[in-house]
Amino acid sequence: MEKTIAGKQITVNEEGYLTDFNQWNEQVAEALALEAEVSLTPRHWEVLKYLQNEQKNQVALSIRRIGKSGLLDIKEFYQLFPVAPLKTATKIAGIPKPASCI
Amino acid sequence: MKNLVILGAGTAGTMMANHLHHHLKRPDWQISIIDEKEEHHYQPGYLFLPFDIYTPEDIVKKIEEFIPGDVNLVREKINRILPKENVVQLSSGRSINYDILIIATGAKIAPEETEGMKGSEWQKSVFDFYTFEGSLALRDKLRHWQGGKLVIHITEMPIKCPVAPLEFAFLADSFFKHKHLRDKVDITYVTPLSGAFTKPKATETLEHLLEEKKIKIESDFAVECIDNDKKELVDYGGRRVPFDILVTVPTNKGDDLMERSGLGDDLNYVPTHKATLQSKNYENIFVLGDASNIPASKAGSVAHFEAEILTDNISLYIEGKPLKEEFDGHANCFIETGNGKALLIDFNYTHEPVEGSFPFAGIGPLRLLKESRINHMGKLAFRWIYWNMLLKGTHIPFVPATMSESGKHYN
Repeated sequence: MEKTIAGKQITVNEEGYLTDFNQWNEQVAEALALEAEVSLTPRHWEVLKYLQNEQKNQVALSIRRIGKSGLLDIKEFYQLFPVAPLKTATKIAGIPKPASCI
Repeated sequence: MKNLVILGAGTAGTMMANHLHHHLKRPDWQISIIDEKEEHHYQPGYLFLPFDIYTPEDIVKKIEEFIPGDVNLVREKINRILPKENVVQLSSGRSINYDILIIATGAKIAPEETEGMKGSEWQKSVFDFYTFEGSLALRDKLRHWQGGKLVIHITEMPIKCPVAPLEFAFLADSFFKHKHLRDKVDITYVTPLSGAFTKPKATETLEHLLEEKKIKIESDFAVECIDNDKKELVDYGGRRVPFDILVTVPTNKGDDLMERSGLGDDLNYVPTHKATLQSKNYENIFVLGDASNIPASKAGSVAHFEAEILTDNISLYIEGKPLKEEFDGHANCFIETGNGKALLIDFNYTHEPVEGSFPFAGIGPLRLLKESRINHMGKLAFRWIYWNMLLKGTHIPFVPATMSESGKHYN
């Protein structure tokens, strides 16, 4: 479905995830973060970039993976994104919801 | 003579031995299957043991009963696989060479992955039902329990049989109703997922059932530790769920052998091509069942469908022909919903479970994603099918390896 955010027309799926990463930019991320009641600090941006990079390298994302990332531990991940952090962070990063669940 | 070696004589390995011994015969081929265990357990039965629906005798048989006579059964612990040298080293010091290796070592629980899980309350008030011992300990506890907070919990995905913890919750509801204790038992279902299941349509149906049975759900719960003193589950966000009995599904991992052999991922699952079942790193290694990292359910039905396709692929590989990219992630699972009823779901990599009829389009007799008594009969009959058909590699009539879309109500 279409959605206007940060003055930009974007396409999202029924759960609110961007369907085309090319539509993502930092303003879109800020706006998506606002919707999730997260205010982005430089540390958040590091995590978002990390997630995007992992996605680009086709790494299956999971909470466990975050814990082993060397970038941050799970505790800090929860401090940055308090509610369902992996789902929230991937949504803000403009990448698909992790399919770590079969 | 060439050697085909199967590691693991569980559901997947046993089925594969039964399929392949029709195709690979002496003097050209020797098939060996290696497993240190004595017993073959019908693992779906672990769900029923705690409620005294099945007895231990119903679900345990000797491994050798199911291994064909011309297959060499090696009862030893495996030390390492040396994939570059095509050798399996046994703990006794003996080595076995292979031309083709099939890894079917399965998945098992790893409670040590969660802080406090194997603490002072382990098998006192913290239980698993994914092992024979765990299931029996839980049975003994439930026989005398007079009520309180029962919490059913999944630690992290993926797990074997992802519907089993839900079935446990439904059966518990039914069990305590029959004991006239239901009003004294508070049941909560705690999951790392956003809802009751991994697929949207089935989640809707299952959440409706949870509500109907007054089972509370705590979703998006990523457990950090178990507080043994307070008897609480604690998540990374600080949420706490108190329990009197915790029935947890610990982290599941592939066999440690994969770590020792440098063949596994983070969770010791072997990277595998999802359509051919060939390992990603070695072309003469194939992976069947729970041991692989393919994005399909870890379930016996999946191993059964895989085995039919892998049998063809082993023949193609031997002939030097391209492998069939045919495995579609097909899974078929009964979900016990208590009170003598069950649901049935049939799905694959691309098609989620929906309503419909099975196996005959428009006829059934089984109903997909709807509770019925006949589905429950199907689940109970399945134990017979498992011992007498599935393990022996007999094709189940009318149920093809790849999923059929007919008879299913997709939008």
